[in-house]
Amino acid sequence: MTLYADLHVTRDAFRLDLELTVEPGEVVALLGPNGAGKSTAIRAIAGLLPITEGRIRLGDDLWDAPPRVFRSADRRPIGVVFQDYLLFDHLSALENVAFGLRARGTHKRTARAEAARWLETVGLSEYARTRPRSLSGGQAQRVALVRALATSPDLLLLDEPLAALDASTTLHVRAELGQHLKRYNGRTLLVTHDPLDAMVLADRLVIVEDGQIVQEGAPTEIARRPRTEYVAQLVGLNLYRGTADSNIVALDGGGTVTIASPSQGAVCVAFPPSAVSLYPERPTGTPRNTWPMQVAGVEQHAHTVRVRLTPHNAPAPATLLADITTAAVADLHLAPGQLLHATLKATEIQTYPA
Amino acid sequence: MRGRRERVQGRLPLVLLLPALLGLAFLLVPLAGLLAQAPWATLPSRLFSADVGQALRLSLLCASAATVICLLLGVPLAWLLARAELPGRGLIRALVTVPLVLPPVVGGVALLLVLGRRGLIGERLDLWFGFSLPFTTAAVIVAEAFVAMPFLVISVEGALRAADPRYEEAAATLGAGRWLTFRRVTLPSIAPGIVAGAVLCWARALGEFGATITFAGNLPGRTTTMPLAVYLALETDPDVAVVLSVVLLAVSVVVLACLRERWISGLR
Repeated sequence: MTLYADLHVTRDAFRLDLELTVEPGEVVALLGPNGAGKSTAIRAIAGLLPITEGRIRLGDDLWDAPPRVFRSADRRPIGVVFQDYLLFDHLSALENVAFGLRARGTHKRTARAEAARWLETVGLSEYARTRPRSLSGGQAQRVALVRALATSPDLLLLDEPLAALDASTTLHVRAELGQHLKRYNGRTLLVTHDPLDAMVLADRLVIVEDGQIVQEGAPTEIARRPRTEYVAQLVGLNLYRGTADSNIVALDGGGTVTIASPSQGAVCVAFPPSAVSLYPERPTGTPRNTWPMQVAGVEQHAHTVRVRLTPHNAPAPATLLADITTAAVADLHLAPGQLLHATLKATEIQTYPA
Repeated sequence: MRGRRERVQGRLPLVLLLPALLGLAFLLVPLAGLLAQAPWATLPSRLFSADVGQALRLSLLCASAATVICLLLGVPLAWLLARAELPGRGLIRALVTVPLVLPPVVGGVALLLVLGRRGLIGERLDLWFGFSLPFTTAAVIVAEAFVAMPFLVISVEGALRAADPRYEEAAATLGAGRWLTFRRVTLPSIAPGIVAGAVLCWARALGEFGATITFAGNLPGRTTTMPLAVYLALETDPDVAVVLSVVLLAVSVVVLACLRERWISGLR
């Protein structure tokens, strides 16, 4: 049974239109900037917000089809992990996990035994009697996860499940979450603004901007071939649109790029900032993609320095990002406003139909 | 830093300081006088004398019963005001708080007009069940509940508004219906507000005088609660009045102590 959601929600000036499916065993990530409508989508699917138009169904089971059908959250076979977990503070960790089972009619003793087993799967047996406020962020996240999973839901919804954690624990908790999601054979819909979460955890990404889907596909596909500025930024690529004529692409924003494999018509051109080299003088030799540029900003990344460049008195790609080594920064005496020549290797460019 | 603040505070203008101290004295001297005048030597024996004991028992019983009624009706009412999408909610909230500012004696008259033997509802009660409410112990409870309920409603509504409704959503996603969610999630999260409201409500009911004497009269053993007994005793045996007053004062202080977290620190 596939989860099928055709969501249309209108609220004040905001409009969300998105259609998505989640297959059994599949993890789909809804990725987008804040305010893109991701939370609205997850609330609609959970039954916390009725949709204005469209339908939500699991197999043939209708959950929401305005104006006639609306099944409230407590009658949908779902589990939700909220961004700040929303664990009940007046209940122990064990009682929190048992809550869903109790609410769905399981006998108290059975529910508690079941909950204890779930806590064991995330290594929190010794915290069964602990109140949520005494748990660490990572522990609370795991309790929230098993609380959602304990009722064996057909659909697991995760709303920014790692956003409330500090950087040092995120890595570990993310890997662990991935393990649990692999073991879970229902459908998982994950909402996040962090591309790393999405790339690591999801089988398929759905990218949402301003309430609309802008791109959809496997993480590797999206990482290599972004379609919008936002996605390019997420995956750290330079992205331009243009019109190809054989080996030359005329960019929409001005300038041309020479590509290695010939193409025709409207295309996207993407390349990593590491494919760009910077020289104080115009280099002599092979690279045909050479532009005079001006330094607009310099940013330290982990082991490289990212330089933001803008065209200088000649047609060139608008806002070009280049990653160079710290040694190169010293050689070039980089400073904002400085004039440089940027070159790009044609073989490192991805060209695909726009 | 602290020394500087103390200097600033030390420079209070005399124009304000004098009336402030006078106000403090005005509030405290009568209470101190009451304690000073109390016949401490004979207090225990008087406290357990038949009349006082009877009034005390009746007061505790009625105030507690009134509080239970207020809880049963007031908590759902507070929930309605805080959570339901009611048309004219502001007006309803204002109406709920009317008994708070209404002179209690007016409340008593109103109750008499509705529930009295000739009253709108009282007439039916008398006709159908042969039951007359006024001038019974039940009438005391009704009068006290009428006057005290707004205290509970306001306190609980405030707690409900402060509680995060997303916990209720979390409960819903776990399969809990509205009633289960209310019992297992909402109620525990507003428990401190309910306790504070109930204590306040109970204290108000215990001290109720105007509505009680109007609606329930002053029948020793049946409707004579502590405040009524104090008033009655002033005519005949002032020492008893003082003893009863000391008891009521003690109860007030205990209530204040119970609520100090919520009220005194809240007002700071």
